[in-house]
Amino acid sequence: MNLPRFDTHDDPGPSFAELLRRTGFDDPVSLDRQVPADEFRHGTTCVAVRYADGVLLAGDRRATSGNLISHRTLEKVFPADRHSGVAIAGAAGPAIEMVRLFQLQLEHYEKVEGGSLSLEGKANQLGQMVRSNLPAAMQGLVVVPIFAGFDLGRDEGRLFEYDVTGGRYEESQTASTGSGSLHAGTVMKLGFREGLDAGAVIDLAIEALFEAADEDSATGGPDPVRGIYPVMALITAEGYRRIDDEELADRTQTLIERRRNR
Amino acid sequence: MNMPFYVAPEQVMKDRADYARKGIARGRSLIAFRFDNGIAICAENTSSTLRKVSEIYDRIAFAGVGKYNEFDQLRIAGVRHADLKGYAFSREDVDARSLANQYAQSLGQVFTHEMKPMEVEILVAEIGHADDGSGDQLFHILYDGTVMDEDVSVVLGGDADTIADRFGEIEPDLPLAQGLRRATDALGGPDRELTAEDLEVAVLERDVGRRAFRRLRDDEIAGHLAD
Repeated sequence: MNLPRFDTHDDPGPSFAELLRRTGFDDPVSLDRQVPADEFRHGTTCVAVRYADGVLLAGDRRATSGNLISHRTLEKVFPADRHSGVAIAGAAGPAIEMVRLFQLQLEHYEKVEGGSLSLEGKANQLGQMVRSNLPAAMQGLVVVPIFAGFDLGRDEGRLFEYDVTGGRYEESQTASTGSGSLHAGTVMKLGFREGLDAGAVIDLAIEALFEAADEDSATGGPDPVRGIYPVMALITAEGYRRIDDEELADRTQTLIERRRNR
Repeated sequence: MNMPFYVAPEQVMKDRADYARKGIARGRSLIAFRFDNGIAICAENTSSTLRKVSEIYDRIAFAGVGKYNEFDQLRIAGVRHADLKGYAFSREDVDARSLANQYAQSLGQVFTHEMKPMEVEILVAEIGHADDGSGDQLFHILYDGTVMDEDVSVVLGGDADTIADRFGEIEPDLPLAQGLRRATDALGGPDRELTAEDLEVAVLERDVGRRAFRRLRDDEIAGHLAD
């Protein structure tokens, strides 16, 4: 692999996606038929909520292929850079590839330009990536992410939802995506209060995913036998921090006890 | 018919080398050295926006002296090379040695085939995974594509030999503050006292997660110099 050099008039600038196109890496797959749902892995429910110090992102761990469970420990919540994260639902393959490209895009921009994009800029970038997936989405490979981050300029956490066309919608309280989003989203909405602390939003997200798993077969519930819990991350002014499984196990146990006694 | 004058190839190369060296000597120098927790790069640079030292990849840093637009172009090419390679293969497959070779090819090509050589000297530094620093690498690449693999420290710039003499031999397990003080004294020389505002310092540190590159703020630099 040699050193990529460009003339000034066709320099790809700080965009990694553009660089991929110029160097022939970007090879869009063209599909001529609908891909049946049981032929690829599907990841589902993710939620996000704003709280006192920033935002929380959470996602269950199940992947399904049609009516079969194809993966029990899929991760759907990823750091995008130091102060933002992305959660994905939809066709797992294209979704994970989209996250990988998005992470690279943000880091590449930061290194080439010597400073990060604004949170708004990052959200728009992700919107463009979702929109460029539209042809594949029309064939069944839908990817719908949530983007969340801490806006250092405004000193607050912010949330963005998307649709398949790349439409970007900022949410002021909670966001949800995936097949269990109806149930999870309702729990989040009802439990939301302005200025909740980290512990409260973690419990709220555990409960939301628990309810979604209860009603939606494609959403995985907590699995204490195998020690599998949702992936959750807090994004604050200090950065992106994933919550460890012990804490989630304890909080899940408390939730289960409370349910048992009611 | 006009016949071009014959000029001996030795003379052509010498003229180009002199030209490049003159260009490089116009700028300020920098020192890179190993310390107990990684690699530090200390450059004399009064600008706080036009950088000489920057991040290429997770464990790789770049530094350049000479003509700013030329080494900055090389820096961006390096970031692109590293990011593409990491995307095509895996993050662990990106290494300083292969990048240094690419730079050498590119600079050598420009030196022999183009009108004007690049008036730059660059450094590619990488920290290894071993705690004792045995995997650390410093590649010093000249305007004509010559690559040198340095062990503990290296000086880039016009006045390199004098500065290297002042900096002297150091042990690779020096604390950062001590190394920075010596580098500052060496860069300043006997007649000038450099302060934090005159310096641009960045480090590649072990045990800080994936991205090892970090710039030191002016107050941090001042703190180290005052210790």
